[in-house]
This record gives sequence, C-alpha cells and structure tokens, in this order.
Amino acid sequence: MLASYVAKRGHSMMDSDLSPQDKKDLDKFIKFFALKTVQVIVQARLGEKVCTRSLSSPTGSDWFNLAIKDIPEVTHESKKALAGQLPGIERSMCVEISLKTSEGDSMELETWCLEMNEKCDRDIKVSYTVYNRMSLLLKSLLAITRVTPAYKLSRKQGHDYVILYRIYFGEVQLTGLGEGFQTVRVGVVGTPIGTITLSCAYRTNLAFMSTRQFERTAPIMGIIIDHFVERPFGNVGHMHPCIYRAPGEDEGAYNGVEDSQEVCTTSFSTSPPSQMGVPGKEGGVPQQVPVQPCHGAQAEHRRVSSCPPADHVPATPSSSGEDAETSSRSVGVKSGSPCGLLETTFTRKVGAFVNKPGTKVTTASLDLPFAAFAPRAYDLEENDPMVQPPESSATSSPLQGSLHSQGSGESGGPAQDDFVMVDFKPAFSKDDLLPMDLGTFYREFQNPPQLTSLTIDVSSQSMAEDLDALPEKLAVYEKNIDEFDAFVDTLQ
Amino acid sequence: MNCRSEALEVSVEGRQVDEAMLALLHTILLHRSTGKFHYKKEGTYSIGTVGTQDIDCDFIDFSFVRVSSDELDRAIRKAVGEFKDAMGNGMDGMGQISLEFYQKKKSRWPFSDECIPWEVWSIKVNVVNLANEQERQICREKVGEKLGEKVINIVEVINRHEYLPKMPTQSEVDNVFDTSLKDVQPYLYKITFQITDTLGSSVSTTMRRLIKDTLAL
Repeated sequence: MLASYVAKRGHSMMDSDLSPQDKKDLDKFIKFFALKTVQVIVQARLGEKVCTRSLSSPTGSDWFNLAIKDIPEVTHESKKALAGQLPGIERSMCVEISLKTSEGDSMELETWCLEMNEKCDRDIKVSYTVYNRMSLLLKSLLAITRVTPAYKLSRKQGHDYVILYRIYFGEVQLTGLGEGFQTVRVGVVGTPIGTITLSCAYRTNLAFMSTRQFERTAPIMGIIIDHFVERPFGNVGHMHPCIYRAPGEDEGAYNGVEDSQEVCTTSFSTSPPSQMGVPGKEGGVPQQVPVQPCHGAQAEHRRVSSCPPADHVPATPSSSGEDAETSSRSVGVKSGSPCGLLETTFTRKVGAFVNKPGTKVTTASLDLPFAAFAPRAYDLEENDPMVQPPESSATSSPLQGSLHSQGSGESGGPAQDDFVMVDFKPAFSKDDLLPMDLGTFYREFQNPPQLTSLTIDVSSQSMAEDLDALPEKLAVYEKNIDEFDAFVDTLQ
Repeated sequence: MNCRSEALEVSVEGRQVDEAMLALLHTILLHRSTGKFHYKKEGTYSIGTVGTQDIDCDFIDFSFVRVSSDELDRAIRKAVGEFKDAMGNGMDGMGQISLEFYQKKKSRWPFSDECIPWEVWSIKVNVVNLANEQERQICREKVGEKLGEKVINIVEVINRHEYLPKMPTQSEVDNVFDTSLKDVQPYLYKITFQITDTLGSSVSTTMRRLIKDTLAL
C-alpha cells in the first residue's frame, strides 16, 4: 500500500524520510483538511450565519479541534471529486462558487484553490505542528470567506438568484472570473512532502452582473427562498446550490458534530413539497425541513468518519480506521421522534381556518400522510355543531380579532376545497354540545369574523371622514399655535 | 526573544468604533485561542473544540467570525467599551488600542512574575464626524471594505508562522494560556489603550485642562 502510494505521488525520495506512521497520519490530515476546507467554503455561501458551540471536552470527532459541521451532501461531492486521491503537486482541489439568476444566467464569482508545491519542510513534526497549522489555516479560511465579495451576495440570495458550488480536482481554472480578478492568499502549511497553499481568486467586475443580469429583474430584495417552493432555476447540471435550512433553530446553531449530523440528516433538503407525502416521514410538518430523514440517516451512517487525533505531545494521534462506521446515538433517537409528532401536526394542518369543507376532496389526492385514516363522511358535517357553530358565538373577542383579522378574510373561497374536515374532539371536553363547549370555543377561535375596520368599505369611509374633518382640525391647531411654540422652546 | 509588533489603522465614525474594534480583536483572538487543554498521565493532553460564530455589524457593512465564547466576548466588549468611553461620544479624535500576547516568567520571591510580550497588535483609530446620512451610508461601505483588508492583513501575519510559545506542561500552562475561561483557552493577553484628541495632545494634557477649567468656574 505504501509502495503504490509512493508511485502515485512520485516523491519516493521525500517519502522515505517519513516514518510509515507519520506518512499515514499526514495523508489522513491532508484528506480531512481538504474535506473541511470545502465544508467551510460552502457553508459560508449558504446565505445564513453559521454558529457552532465550543466544547471544553474533546468529543473525539472534531477534526483540527474546530467545530465545523459536516453537511453530508457536501462531503459526498468532495469525496466524489477526490475519487480516492489526495491534493498534491499539480493536482489541486478547487471549489468554484458561482451565481445563477432565475433567468438562467450564471457567472463565476470565485475559485478557492487548495494546492501543493514542491517546497518541503522535512523537519516539521507531522502529528503536532502540521496538525495545528492546518487548524490555524482553517480559522483563517473562516475569516477570509466572510471578506470576499461573494459573501455579501450569498447572504442576499433568494428568488432572484442563488449561489452554486462546484468541486473539481486537477488544474485550476480561472478564466471564468473575468478580467482583473483579485487573488487573496489564505495561508500555507509546510509538510515533509510539500507545502499546502490555500488561496482564493475572486471576480472584481461585478458591475457586469448588474447591467446584464438584472436589467430585466427587480432589485435584489434579499428574499430567502421558501423551502417549499419549487426551485425556479431548473437543472443546474454539475453545480450544487448553497441552500441549507436548519430545523427550527433561530440562528442555525449547531450543537456539536453529532447533533449537527443529526440535524443534517433530518433537515437538509431542497426537494419540492410533492415529494414529502410519504408515510412515516416528516412530510406533514410544515415547520420542519423534510424529505427522507430515514434515508439521510442511513446515508450518514455510512459516511461517519473516525476520531481525529485527540492526544498531543508526545503521544501520536489515534490512527483508528478512517472509514469505520461509528454509531451516532442521536441519529437513532431523532429519526424516531418525529413519528410521535406527526399525527398531531396533521390534525392541526387540516383543521385551521376552515368553515366548510366545500367539495369533497380525498386526502389521498393531497399526498397527506395517514390518508387512509381521514374521515370520509363529509355529509355529516353539515349537521355537526362542532363544524357549524351556533350563530350566537359569532361575536368577536379582542383576542380573536388580533390573531386572525388578517387570516379570516382568506379563510373562505376556493382554499376550502383543499381541506378536509376532521372531526375535532378536544381532550377533556364533554360531548354535550353546549355553547361554551371546549370544541366550540376552539372552532370559534379559529374562525373569527373579520374586523370591520379592515373591510374596504369601512376603511374608505373613514378616510373620507378624516379628510372632511381636516380643515377643522387645522383651524384648531392654528388657534393654539402659541402653545405649541412654547412647548417647542422648552425642548431646546 | 523579540516581540513581534503589528500595526493596523482604521478611520471610522463615532458609532462604528465598537464594531470595528470588536471585528479586528475577535479576528486576532480567533487565531490565538485553542480549545481547553485536558492533561492526562504521561504528559499527554487533549484539546477541546473551538466553535465559531458569525457576527453581523449594525453600523458597518461587514460580518466577521468570532470564537463562540460568551465569556471571551464579554471581556473584549468591556475593554472596547472603556476605550470608546475614553474616546468620547461623537467627537473627532484619535486613539490606539493594543492587544498584547505575553508569557509569564516566574520570578523568585520577592520579585513578582514578569510578563514578556511576544506579539503586540496596535490598532490606531481615527474617529471622524459626518455631516449627513449620505456620507454615513458611504462610510458604512467604505469602512466595511477597509475592515476586510485589515482581516486579510491579520491572516497574512498569522500565517507567517513565526514565533509561538511552546506548548506548556501542566504546571506551566497558566504562564502561557488564559485558563480562566470555561470553554476556550486564548493565549495570555491584555488590552490597553491610549487616547489623543484632535490637537494631538496626550490625555494628561487634556485632563489638566479640564481640571483647570472646572476650578475656574
């Protein structure tokens, strides 16, 4: 294995200075450094703030002692690009970031290059110095990725454009960056087999974009793509979108590698909602990010890597198999937990803001989970006081008004045809159909009458009245002008 | 051992001072902080994990990355707050804030421990007053670009891989690192500052004048 590796690298003289253990460690470090580099770059172009927690005790799975989450799709693409090789001399790993508009125009923004040159540092300690310098270089990468122009563009990606990434291996291609591109060097790490350099070449001529790409579109509003909207950009071929949604976390914080892997398996998806209605999955939960959590979990099991070196001077890093599958307890727990929530959410989804079911629509046609359990006796709903509340309950309460004044106007109309009424039997309530029954209250709460002040006629009437009253008010103010002046003087 | 000294200079509006200083100081500390050391038997140690966090500035078109440590952030904010108070609010002025990394050298009684700096970052700040909103908007963008250049400068210096203190043994770790934080471990550092007003005179002259004026009233 060592001999074949030497033949590949073509550095037989240099390699013979390294002990087999150092050689093995160095290759592992370079591989994981390359993978983490790609993760940092892509995550910095997702359009959201990244936040990871510091952990005082090592978890054994945080390479380079940095909490850098692994997005499985990105790792997969990186490994596919590397195809079992390592970055080396004349074999650079590049991450290309480009922008694609909703009309199909695209433009390369920057290319990050992980290269190696022939300058060797034979005296450097692999397990300690090289490892720590790689850690430092990743920190520099974190800092620099926020400074290049593409960062601001990626934070504003949305309906008008998206940011895409492409990983390739081999010769660096910079021609797509236009004239006058700038280069920034992130840093270097010397190793016994060559010096690793990390740099970024970025386009400076973004004015080209604003005239060519956006002359037919509205200014960028920074709208975030709704996760459940079909992607407007069509097939992007070998490019991959930098879009990620963490489930229900305010700032996208990750709680460490294991939790983040769990988050990844249940939340990373850009599939349209039509693919979400699979029994047992999270398709019925609009707030959570969907699609194939089970599949993701299984995939993640295959890709989980071994512990990075945790011990330092004078001990050498652990050299456990890098492709060994380590069990991730949190993955199993998480994939099981949504099932308990699913039924409740489903009920709430179809129950909200509905007065009448309208035309008969089967749940099966809506791709809803547990479709077989939805009631089919729609005829009974006309006589069901739970569905048709008594007239006396139509009086509005302030709470109802404030919560639903916007929505109630939209609850009628064709939207009702898409909903199926489910018999609503709230817990701990009697079934005696009294006006103040909990179920009735809940139904009223969800279907309040619209506020009169929000109807168009009333608003236009009050506007006319206001305009009529204006001259009178002005006259009063003019009469009291001395008072106002005195007040203003006291403020100075 | 010679202390390495790096100088940075920025011109900002009064309300941008906090964020500009935080951005640069946190960028430096990101590179000069490690995870917590956990020493084991036989002289080996393991290192905790350093998390990072994106911070968006409110008054500058700029975002930066800092170490995820509220304790460290509080300490830096406190120092920057004191610097800003000393600079005065809304007045033109110049000041300099210095971030110094040092090692402690134990001395025998009765002498106190010696602090030997090995790296000093000096950030000169020129505070300008702007007349209208349009100028402020331009300043937001310009200062953002300048800070980006400074981050690149910082990274360039850091990656020269010049002197760093040797990794200490357990008994020596407090001489090299600040072990008081519970989640991360920066190298021992201190933040100092000095202020000059628009006339270029030092703080002591200004204080003397203030006291004279007060007594004259």
